[in-house]
Amino acid sequence: MAEKLVVCPYCGCGCSFYLVTKNGRATGIIPSNNHPVSRGALCVKGWNSSEIINHPDRLDTPMVRDHGIIRPALWEEALDMAANGLLSIKNKYGGDAIGFFASAKVSNEENYIFAKMARAAFNTNNVDHCARL
Amino acid sequence: MTNSIDEFEDASVFMVIGSNTTSNHPLISSRIINAVRQRGAKLILCDPRCIDLAPLSSIHIRHKIGSDVALINGFMNIILNKNLEDKTFIEERTENFEKMAEVVEKYTPDYVSGITGVEPELLVKAAELYASTKRSMIVYAMGITQHIAGTDNVKSCANLAMLTGNIGTPSSGVNPLRGQNNVQGACDMGGLPNVYSGYQPAADLFVRNKFEKLWGVDKLPEKKGLTVIEMGHEIEKGNIKALYIMGENPFISDPDAKHMHRALKKLELLIVQDIFPTPTSEFAHVILPAACFAERDGTYTNTERRVQLSHQALPPLKGTLPDWKIICEISKRAGFPMDYNDPSEIMDEINITTPSYAGITYERLEQGWGIPWPCPSKEHPGTKFLHKDKFTRGRGLFHVIEYIPPAELPDAEYPFTLTTGRIRPHFHTGTMTRRTAILDREAPSPFLDINPEDAKSLRVRTGDKIIVESRRGSLKLSVNVTSDVPKGVVFSTFHFKEKNINELTLCAVDPVAGIPEYKNCAVSIRRS
Ligand code: SF4
Repeated sequence: MAEKLVVCPYCGCGCSFYLVTKNGRATGIIPSNNHPVSRGALCVKGWNSSEIINHPDRLDTPMVRDHGIIRPALWEEALDMAANGLLSIKNKYGGDAIGFFASAKVSNEENYIFAKMARAAFNTNNVDHCARL
Repeated sequence: MTNSIDEFEDASVFMVIGSNTTSNHPLISSRIINAVRQRGAKLILCDPRCIDLAPLSSIHIRHKIGSDVALINGFMNIILNKNLEDKTFIEERTENFEKMAEVVEKYTPDYVSGITGVEPELLVKAAELYASTKRSMIVYAMGITQHIAGTDNVKSCANLAMLTGNIGTPSSGVNPLRGQNNVQGACDMGGLPNVYSGYQPAADLFVRNKFEKLWGVDKLPEKKGLTVIEMGHEIEKGNIKALYIMGENPFISDPDAKHMHRALKKLELLIVQDIFPTPTSEFAHVILPAACFAERDGTYTNTERRVQLSHQALPPLKGTLPDWKIICEISKRAGFPMDYNDPSEIMDEINITTPSYAGITYERLEQGWGIPWPCPSKEHPGTKFLHKDKFTRGRGLFHVIEYIPPAELPDAEYPFTLTTGRIRPHFHTGTMTRRTAILDREAPSPFLDINPEDAKSLRVRTGDKIIVESRRGSLKLSVNVTSDVPKGVVFSTFHFKEKNINELTLCAVDPVAGIPEYKNCAVSIRRS
C-alpha cells in the first residue's frame, strides 16, 4: 500500500487528497485534513475521481488513420506521422496553418512546453485552450 | 481571484453573480454556506435561475439573462446617490471616476428595472447591503463571462468593488472562479495566443528577444495568434490545415457544433492526445494515448493562484505516455529538441523565464500546501491577495460601460431564451464523470428545464419529449418542469454527447476575450 498526495482532476477549487494504491491499482482516496482547501472534505466528484484511472475505456494504444481507416500503431509510427505531418504543413503553408489547443486539464509544465513547441518549433502564436468554455 | 479561499471565512457580504457555486465549485460554496449559516454573513445572489444557494440568500435578484451591466451600473447609481461610496479610496487609488459616474447617472433604479425586470426597491436593498461593509466579496464565474458583453461584465464588477473600496484588503475583492483544475495554470503558462508565460506579451519585441535567447531560437513568431473560436473559422476557410489538440473536446464544448463538425472534417491533419476516446477523437488522423492525472508529477494552479504539486501515484497505464513526454518526442522529431528528464526540470526553466513563478520550486512545493503566485523569489512566501497597496497598473481605472443587449433576443419565431451550464454530478463534456458509476447514476440523461407556466401553455409534463430548436440546429430532449428557471427561459447542460446542446448555441463572441455567448440564444419549443 502506498499513499501519494494528488491534486483533484476536476474543478478549480484545487482540493488535494491521498490516493491509495496497491499492486499498481488505485484502491482508495483519503482527504487531507490539513489541506487549506479540502480540510478533510471532498465533493462527490473528488471522492470518485479514482474510478477513471483503471477504466476499461482508457486509450492504451496509439492509433493512426490509414486510407481513411483508423488502426492501432506503434508509438514510433504514430509520433513520426504526427511530427512529419505537422512539419510538411509548416513547410508548405507556414506555421500559421497549424493550430494548437493546450489544455486546462494538464499540468503547468506540460502547458508550458506545449506552448513553447508551438512558438519555437512551428513558429506560430496559434495556441489557445478552452479557458473560455 | 484577487483573494484567497481562506478569506471567504471572514467576509461579511457575498455578492454571487453568475456562479452556480454549489454545483461547480463545491468546496468553495461550503465556505459561503458556513459563513452564512454559522456567522450570519449575508448573501446577495444575482442569478436568473433559482440555484441551490438561493434559500440561503438575503436578497435574490433574478435579473434578465445578459442584463448584468445594467444591474451593476444600477447598483453604482444607487450607491452614489446615497453617498455610500468610499471617497478616500476613489481619491487615492483610482482614476477616471468622474467619467464613469457621468454614465452611471442614467442608470436610475427605474431605468434599470426596465432592462433587468427587477423591482427598484430590491435593487436599492442589494446596493445598500453590498456597500454596507469593507468586507464585501464579489464571486463570479461563467455566468458573467459567457456573454458577448463578458469583458464589460467583468469590468463592471471591478468598478463596483473600487467604488466601495472593497478591493486590496482581506475578505473583499473580485473573485472569478475558474472551472477546470488548471485553467489558471494553462493561462499562466502562455497557453494563450497573445502572451508567453507569466502574461508577457507576444507582441513585445523585448519579450520575444528574451525568449529567443532563453530557448535558443533565431526568430519567434511576430504575427498575432488566433483563439480557439477564431481557429475554428480559419479551418472552415481553409487557412488552418492542421490541429494538435491536447486533452480537449471541442466538438462537444464549442458553440454551434455543426460548424465545428465541418471544420474538424476539413482538416488535413488532426492530432488528438487524450485519456479517453471522445467525439473529437473520432475525426483524428493520429490519436496519442496519454497518462492520466495520477500517473505523472506536475503542478496545477487553482482558482486562488495556488500552485500545488501533484504526485505520481501509479506508473502510466501500459501503452500510454505522460503528456510532457509526448510533446518532447514530437518537438524532437520536428527539429526542436527539448531535453527534460522529468517535470521538475521544466519547472526549473519556468522559474527562469516567468517572473511570477520565479520562486516556485519543487523543493518548496514538497513542503506545505502550495504557493500562490506572484512569488518573485525563492524567499518570497507567495501572495495571498492582490492589489494590496496599489493596482498592477498603478491606479485602478474606472471603466465607462454601457449596457448592450445579448446578440440573439427571443422573437416570435424563437420565443424562448436558452441558457446552458453544468450540473453537480458532471464535469464539462462528461468524458470522465459519465464514466464514473455514482455520478452517472445521479444524472444519467440530458434534460431541459422549463418553467411551469411555459410547460402549461405547451401542455407538457416532466418526462415528456419536446423538440427544442434554434437557428443552428434542433434536439429532442425530455423536459423537467421547474420554477428554478424563470418564465421564458430554458436551461440545459453540455455534459451529454448523445444530445449535444452546443448544436443549438450561438457562436457570437465577446470582442475582447473571445468568449462565446453560451448563456443566451433564442430557441423555439414544440411537443414531439
Ligand atoms: S473535490 Fe470537488 S470541490 Fe474539490 S477540487 Fe475536486 S471537484 Fe472541486
